[in-house]
Amino acid sequence: MILSLKKDLIKINREQDVVLLRNRTKEFAVKIKMGLVNQTKLITAASELVRNMLRYGGGGEVSVEAVTKGRDNGIRMIFKDSGPGIADVNKAMMDGYSTGKSLGLGLPGTKRLVNEFDLKSELGKGTTVTIIKWANG
Amino acid sequence: MERIPILKMGHFLLVTIQVDLYDRLAMDLEANLIREVNRTGAKGVLIDISAVEIVDSFMGRIIGNIASMSKLLDAQTVVVGMQPAVAITLVELGLELPGVHTALNVERGMELLQGMIISDDIIIDDDDDTFPEKGFDKDQ
Repeated sequence: MILSLKKDLIKINREQDVVLLRNRTKEFAVKIKMGLVNQTKLITAASELVRNMLRYGGGGEVSVEAVTKGRDNGIRMIFKDSGPGIADVNKAMMDGYSTGKSLGLGLPGTKRLVNEFDLKSELGKGTTVTIIKWANG
Repeated sequence: MERIPILKMGHFLLVTIQVDLYDRLAMDLEANLIREVNRTGAKGVLIDISAVEIVDSFMGRIIGNIASMSKLLDAQTVVVGMQPAVAITLVELGLELPGVHTALNVERGMELLQGMIISDDIIIDDDDDTFPEKGFDKDQ
């Protein structure tokens, strides 16, 4: 069972909010004594997801949460937007696929950087991505 | 508005990124840097990212773009000072930045750039050397 220790909500409306989110994520990661490499992976993953959120979802809200499961501590982040949603989730998770002008590394690359990755999307309603990075994961 | 300074040092342009990059800032840097390469006729661009803690796919792409665009304008790009955690993350993300030269620090980056330019000069020297030899052949 995953227990929540501390939680913070950050609204994402413009590009500069990304910097704020990165800093807040770092604070949380440092607090649970996550190593530098895992910190960097987590913050990079967050940076990718929040960009998708701004570009395709028109902004939204991110929750950053310190969680614990047994003896493991970690950071859970939930990215929620009310954008158009993703038409083909399987395709979006493929390396090199992009509807925009990017390299198409965002979603599959992000999945490789974290321990748990869950994407739920409903057309016309929005997309929610949940990731967890364990301190020793 | 925030702006990343571009310094000219001899034949090279030097950029040290000391702030947290967001997309607009990175895109402005790309445009300004290419304009400066064209304006100054610089032969090399050195980008110091030792203070950058996060490079995601977008920023990686901007770095790749700068290298490709500079090359079209006859300038080499060297990225220096990448933090180990950033390198690990970039490879795992799937972004290996082919075509971008790297060096461990500014000093080695400068040496690398100078080496690249000197090797260009040597090629020119070789061409010059062939002419007297041809002339010599004719005399014989």
